[in-house]
Amino acid sequence: MRSAPVLPLTRDASSRFLPWLIAFMVWLAAMALAAVLVLSSFGNQWRNNLTGTLTVQIAATPDGQSATTEQRLNRALDILRKTPGVLKAEALPLKQISDLLAPWLGRDVVTETLGLPIPRLIDVKIQPDANIDVAALWERLNKEVDGTQVDDHGTWLDKLITLAAAVEAIALAVLALISVAAIATVVFATRTSLTIHHEVIELLHVIGAKDAYVADQFHRHALGLGLKGGIAGALLATATLLGLGSLWTGVESSLMPPVSLNIWQWACVLAVALAAGGISTVTARITVLRALGRMP
Amino acid sequence: MLGGVDVIRFQNVGVRYGLGPEILHDVSLRLEEGSFHFLTGASGAGKSSLLRLMYLANQPSRGLVSLFGHDISTTPRRDLPNLRRQVGVVFQDFRLIDHLTAMENVALPLRVAGASEAQVQEHVPELLSWVGLEDQIDARPPTLSGGQKQRVAIARAIIARPKLLLADEPTGNVDDHIAMRLMHLFEELNKIGTTVVVATHNKALVTGFAHPRLHLADGELSVLKAGSPFPENIDQTDGEGLR
Repeated sequence: MRSAPVLPLTRDASSRFLPWLIAFMVWLAAMALAAVLVLSSFGNQWRNNLTGTLTVQIAATPDGQSATTEQRLNRALDILRKTPGVLKAEALPLKQISDLLAPWLGRDVVTETLGLPIPRLIDVKIQPDANIDVAALWERLNKEVDGTQVDDHGTWLDKLITLAAAVEAIALAVLALISVAAIATVVFATRTSLTIHHEVIELLHVIGAKDAYVADQFHRHALGLGLKGGIAGALLATATLLGLGSLWTGVESSLMPPVSLNIWQWACVLAVALAAGGISTVTARITVLRALGRMP
Repeated sequence: MLGGVDVIRFQNVGVRYGLGPEILHDVSLRLEEGSFHFLTGASGAGKSSLLRLMYLANQPSRGLVSLFGHDISTTPRRDLPNLRRQVGVVFQDFRLIDHLTAMENVALPLRVAGASEAQVQEHVPELLSWVGLEDQIDARPPTLSGGQKQRVAIARAIIARPKLLLADEPTGNVDDHIAMRLMHLFEELNKIGTTVVVATHNKALVTGFAHPRLHLADGELSVLKAGSPFPENIDQTDGEGLR
């Protein structure tokens, strides 16, 4: 025969509102965590893609003669390929440059009809352990091919990564605040339940119940509420993230890598539900044990 | 009271709540194993405060309280539940848990002590039958009469075979006939070795049974032999017809 719980905690008002509050907080926490994971992935991809690369720009000759520009390009390529530490130096094909400029200048930009003096670009890959003096390389290139510019992407990449790191830190702070809010909510709900059931708890105390006997009932109840709210919040967060992911696929940008979470990142996001159960359980138990510890 | 094992020993015990006046002053007493005492005194004399000290619901503000040879002030808190399990308490207001059945209420001390379900199923119905509630095993307190609630409360107090039974006004809510039955029940328990303290201001009850009295007046305790005359200040409104 299964006996009824001694403390009717399921009848408390907190049993009705706590799962909803936890679901909301888990949703917020999962979104903040997903933001942290995505921004961290962005940062890594930006670093991997752009660190160790240089872009050399060969200005078109003022007369617009493509033959002269080609000679200057080849000379620059020659210098770059002979520079120690350079893994690869490849000129971007005119077709690719045309594609890059097409949104602003149209498709005919490099054709004979329009014939604009378009600068040529060289994509340079540097060996990972090489320590190239970019300023010295720039100076050397300019001596041989005037009007050359060397861009190591450092300036804007640093700003972008700093911005991403700042947003990541804010998301982490939000995550921490949500955890604190969740703990405070469970503490408040548990204290309310302790007050509501004060007489029964005192009776249990008098008939020889150990603190752990009472705390067990509270923590089992809190675990149930925490998991109920946690699972609801995690399901909502999953739906939200999948929706955002599908919207993101419509955004074309070479700067923004595709937003997708790998299986471990999904596991982290969904683990927030379990964390909600864990936080609720531990918080309720500690709150009850501390309150009971004040009894004789 | 000399020579036996002390179940309870109080020495110069004082109790005050917060910064209020002292409710009990310099209370000293010894209750030896197997004794039966009434605890009398006018309303507000401190009977409930004294009982709360005995069942370890409160700590004294000063003095020594010893239960089953354990000085409460030096006993580790983790050991107090085991001492409390040796004390059965019948509360004046019963303190039954309304959402539990009579069976579950009575089983509570056994479950708290970690008894097996088989032990619960064996002993609880038997005891409920002994107190005449075999038909009310699955009834919840709100559906029971005052006398039935009282018997459930007594069954709960004695199910774990306590060494000390404390009853706070156990006859306050029942008729004279039930009160007599309850007193005989307490005497039966006392005969098998349970130390009993019954707090009451029912003069007829006290004079009807030959047991010594602990009398509280103005926070001070005196121990009176059985048959001692009643002080003038005791409330005599209860149980006048009880003989």
